[in-house]
Amino acid sequence: MNPVTGGAFVLATVGKVIIFFSVLMLAVMLATIFERKVCGFMQDRSGPNRVGPWGLLQVIADGLKNLLKEETMPAQAVRPFFLLAPVLGILPATILFAVIPFASPLPTQWGLVEMIVADVPIGFLYVLAIGSIGVYGVAMGGWASGSKYSLLGGLRGSAQMVSYEVALALSLVPLILLTGDVRAPEIVSMQQTFTAGPATYATWFMFPLLVGLFFFFVSGLAETNRLPFDLPEAEAELITGYHTEYSAMKFSMFMIGEFAHVITVAALVTVFFLGGWDIPFWQGDNIRVLADGTVIGEPTWWKTLLTLGAFGVKTSLLVLVFVWIRWTLPRFRYDQLMDLGWKFMLEAVTVYILVIAFVILGIEAVGIPAGGWYAFVLFLVNLALAGVLFFAMDRGTLIRGGAKGARPGGGDAAEGQGG
Amino acid sequence: MPGDVKVVERPRAESSYVRAAAKGMSITMRHLLSPNKKTQQYPDEKWELAPRTRGTHRMAVHEDGRAKCVACGLCPTVCPVNCIKLVPAEDESGERYAAIYEIDEFRCIFCGYCQEVCPVEAIHLGVHYENAEYSRERWVYDLERLVEQEHDVTALWDPQDPASQ
Repeated sequence: MNPVTGGAFVLATVGKVIIFFSVLMLAVMLATIFERKVCGFMQDRSGPNRVGPWGLLQVIADGLKNLLKEETMPAQAVRPFFLLAPVLGILPATILFAVIPFASPLPTQWGLVEMIVADVPIGFLYVLAIGSIGVYGVAMGGWASGSKYSLLGGLRGSAQMVSYEVALALSLVPLILLTGDVRAPEIVSMQQTFTAGPATYATWFMFPLLVGLFFFFVSGLAETNRLPFDLPEAEAELITGYHTEYSAMKFSMFMIGEFAHVITVAALVTVFFLGGWDIPFWQGDNIRVLADGTVIGEPTWWKTLLTLGAFGVKTSLLVLVFVWIRWTLPRFRYDQLMDLGWKFMLEAVTVYILVIAFVILGIEAVGIPAGGWYAFVLFLVNLALAGVLFFAMDRGTLIRGGAKGARPGGGDAAEGQGG
Repeated sequence: MPGDVKVVERPRAESSYVRAAAKGMSITMRHLLSPNKKTQQYPDEKWELAPRTRGTHRMAVHEDGRAKCVACGLCPTVCPVNCIKLVPAEDESGERYAAIYEIDEFRCIFCGYCQEVCPVEAIHLGVHYENAEYSRERWVYDLERLVEQEHDVTALWDPQDPASQ
């Protein structure tokens, strides 16, 4: 069966856009209630439970409330940008979802429909490009509000997101070294086992690229402005930063954007490191569509549903981790954040890329073909690197201000930084 | 940084961010999974109030339904915030009663002096606190409304320990 072409392709794509935009928005709604529930449970409360079963309709009540609330427009606000900022906050997170494959291909009578909105040949670059647009919503919202607190929040946000952009992009380079392809569906296929076709790694990339997963996840936290990196919001210092002046639905859109971003990053981690829609320990769902249209495996509609479920479960678990981290870790100080981004993550990721590149060279020199053993060797290397990383971070000098080595001039700063 | 800041070196187990973060994560996860939630489902389940809780007032009545108040004027006198308004009157048989008796519950500080000072045990505070209203006027309870209250009256002392020992 060949992939759909022509009019059927257009129809299928429009259908996918509509369905999965709705699903994403629904997921965002569920994520807000999920966050509040988990937060409540962690604090030994029961969370919202008054509206509907288990408080599930709370999100609808909140949405209605936000629609009916008064829209305020500060006198100093720059109107066009003030109105544009929430849109820019929500946009990147939602269009990022376009390159995420969320289930195995669906066979129809017109051909095989790939369960990805846009299978762009530059998937990985698209992710990075669109991901960096997210900074505009924050910066613009902060500036256009005409409030000093908001401006500070926006500035912090832009500095932070630009800084971690670097680490985010670099942490995916080892992945590209392994796959040799930047298309997201191909990255998923590379993590599955096939008897025919080009060689794959037969294991989720979280094993051969354990440390890369860590870096990507931390940068992703910073990119979504979630705790411990929620400097742009910082209730205590900045009165929630860039969206201080926003009310009602405009504020709500920033929140939707944040949660959509969380879900998107979780989905990206799933695709890149947790095997995407792959169901573990079962080879029946392994379906691969090569670039020339050849299909390996047997796609059926129930496999599409099952793999969609697997994708949902993995993404939800990652969202849980996001929420878990949020309600546990305190916020970094600003200099710690910058130190971590520029002085630690950047170097560590660069070294990591070099190490992985040399190990890959070594493995290929020894002559191990791409596959399980290849991944296993990389896994061992990553375990060692993780040990080194833990040792280095455990020394405590990385995320500590005011001590020796943490800032220019060192701890005995009597001679440096005068005034 | 000023030169005279003293940097105290602490043992690694105390200062390590990684270990502290891991410990924190385990604590929050434990609480997430713990079924022992502390939330009280307020309108469904309520506090069990102590018998000496001082809340909304209540006027005691005779068997025939008349308020026990003899309009002696002690409670408006003793009231520290002047929230009781009393206009006394006398009926044909020469018995005094309160023509107007109003308590502004919004102003009341629930000190309980009125109950303590009342010679005929007419005005009482009550074991009751849920009295939200839509307007301020509704907070002024007149005699009729004070008589209608049905909650328990506040105990002036603990029956097991009358002398507060």
